[in-house]
Amino acid sequence: MATETAANNNKSVLWDWLTTVDHKKLAVLYLIAGALFFIKAGAMAIFMRIQLMSAENTFLSGQTFNEFITMHGTIMLFLAVTPLIFAFMNFAVPLQIGARDVAFPFVNALGFWIFFFGGLLVSLSWFFGGAPDAGWTAYVPLSSGEYADLGLDFYVLGLQISGLGTLISAINFIVTIINMRAPGMTMMRMPLFCWTGLVTSILIVFAFTPLAAGLALLMLDRIFGGQFFMPDAGGNPVLWQHIFWIFGHPEVYILVLPAFGIISEVVPAFSRKRLFGYTAMVFATLIIAFLSFMVWVHHMFTVGIGPITNSVFAIATMAIGVPTGIKIFNWLFTMWGGKITFNTAMLCASSFVPTFVLGGVTGVMLAMVPVDYLYHDTYFVVAHFHYIVVGGIALGLLAGTYYWYPKMFGHKLNEKLGQLMFWLFYIGFHLTFFIQHILGLIGMPRRVFTYLEGQGMETMNLVSSIGAFMMGAGVVVLLINIVYSAFTSERITVRDPWDARTLEWSTTTPVPEYNFAQTPQVRSLDPWFYEKVHGEGLMKPAEPMDDIHMPNGSILPLTIGLGLFVWGFGMIMLEMANPIITPWIVIGTGVIITFGSMLLHSIHEDHGYHIPLDKIKKIEKEVG
Amino acid sequence: MSDDLSKPFSQSALSHEEILKINRERRIQITAFAFMIFLTLLAFLAVGMEMVEPGFTIPFILLLAVVQFVLQLFYFMHLKDKDHQWPNAFMMTGIVVATPAVIALVLLLGVTKY
Repeated sequence: MATETAANNNKSVLWDWLTTVDHKKLAVLYLIAGALFFIKAGAMAIFMRIQLMSAENTFLSGQTFNEFITMHGTIMLFLAVTPLIFAFMNFAVPLQIGARDVAFPFVNALGFWIFFFGGLLVSLSWFFGGAPDAGWTAYVPLSSGEYADLGLDFYVLGLQISGLGTLISAINFIVTIINMRAPGMTMMRMPLFCWTGLVTSILIVFAFTPLAAGLALLMLDRIFGGQFFMPDAGGNPVLWQHIFWIFGHPEVYILVLPAFGIISEVVPAFSRKRLFGYTAMVFATLIIAFLSFMVWVHHMFTVGIGPITNSVFAIATMAIGVPTGIKIFNWLFTMWGGKITFNTAMLCASSFVPTFVLGGVTGVMLAMVPVDYLYHDTYFVVAHFHYIVVGGIALGLLAGTYYWYPKMFGHKLNEKLGQLMFWLFYIGFHLTFFIQHILGLIGMPRRVFTYLEGQGMETMNLVSSIGAFMMGAGVVVLLINIVYSAFTSERITVRDPWDARTLEWSTTTPVPEYNFAQTPQVRSLDPWFYEKVHGEGLMKPAEPMDDIHMPNGSILPLTIGLGLFVWGFGMIMLEMANPIITPWIVIGTGVIITFGSMLLHSIHEDHGYHIPLDKIKKIEKEVG
Repeated sequence: MSDDLSKPFSQSALSHEEILKINRERRIQITAFAFMIFLTLLAFLAVGMEMVEPGFTIPFILLLAVVQFVLQLFYFMHLKDKDHQWPNAFMMTGIVVATPAVIALVLLLGVTKY
């Protein structure tokens, strides 16, 4: 890795990675953790499709199927896609704004480890009587103590902890983007990925807080005998649905906006044109973010809230189509007349546009209240949101992977295998999910583990399953590609293998620990492109060469995460029939580890270290 | 460089003007705090005294609450300060996003009882 050259001591590799606060290494950690969770949840999807391949199949029991749908949704949203977008944000945002690191490197590491241990806690449920089984939405009373077992406690506390990690990472990114921009990098010169990263972080701050509150209420109900959602005791189960969707709808945009950002980076880079309508793109992002908080009732049309409320929220929902349409046309006009290179990244990015339009159109269909009564809880909804999350987010993430891979790991991914992966994934995706629209329209309900013969659903379900296997094969090809390219691809020594436009491509490959030996002076939107065309081909420095102050690594983020994990597990033990040791001992241990680590961080003075000037010059000569 | 940070400082790095400004700021904060305590006292009195009509008390304490909220934002949360646009923007965003959501929730849950 890049950073080895600049490391000033001889730590072991493992210790180095466990204690790192470097945003580039944390990006890799996020990428690995997210990919592992992604593969796990993807395998569950494959199992579910095997179960649904034929009528009255007995491959999975109904209980296991329920656990799989719940874990598939929960893991994909909270533990796979969220870390994957944070991986790219961690890697690209500081480089794109010309910063040496994020604003709080320690908090960055803390966010990762808390997220990771929270995810581990949710996954642990498999070994303690089964995973949560109330769907990723965990509607009460299905998720109440009366109907759901220990699995739901893992859901509640695991998500509470991993949500905390996501929240503090988001705050870190807001501060970074506002305060750490290089001289000349005004807000309206920021690459669109930074803008969407900023807006996503703001959405996380405003959306994950209601989720934390809702999960806390559910925890009080389940573990400490609360009555917030118990109708017998004067509680209100609809309150959970409101709280969950006040969080849940922005969550979708939290995930899709960075994908928009990645597309807005990849499309101009491979069309050889600047992004069409940059300002409109920025404001469309902001409007989408604002509207995302005003539409949550469209998930609850059939609850019986009343026609006037439903109409108001239906109109608000349809309004989101306008800024999203602006974005779609801007991407199309960026490609229009451009000199387009169709490599894997661009294939993913350009095919994202029509796929996302399909998902958006079905979204507007679902927003119409009268017909939503027909669509509600059918496979039509499943098809709609998979067109957004797979056709939108997953393709965006794949595009980002192929685009930033040379900068992150110093070599490109194999192009032939990449194109094979793309076509397997893309055709498989449409095969799986397009036919589910029709399945939904003929009345197949979602979240059922089997269906009867002779209802006309066998063939379509078989087609859908074959598509799912193709997508699985696509992901396997991607993994093979990663290993294969690591051994066979030629090392990249140039700064800018794609001939791209934004600031991250002005750094040397591999990126040194301090990113920029001299902070660059930004003179335009797409600063790297500007310097290549109008300048001397390199960024103008904004400061003289000097010693660079860097933060020290620390193991404390890991121990704080571990402490929260133990603490959360102790809370769950309160609900266990015969725990091996008293739960309060475990809770106490967790509390001591968590707050002890915090105390240690507070009293231990650590001002970081300096990379001396001659060493920087040596590194710059080596890699440049 | 970084080693100096551990040593105690012999004198403040602030200029005379900055110290004056901090003192002025402190005075304003204490005044605002005292005024808010006074408003809280008024609210308690309005509820505690039985001679005041409930029809008057409820709008009155709600008004006091709004005044307190604004004062808190402007003085304690530094909304009034110059060069504070980013925090202001975030606080305003929070209010703009949260207010309709809370109002809608109150209305919706008031209508739909299960």
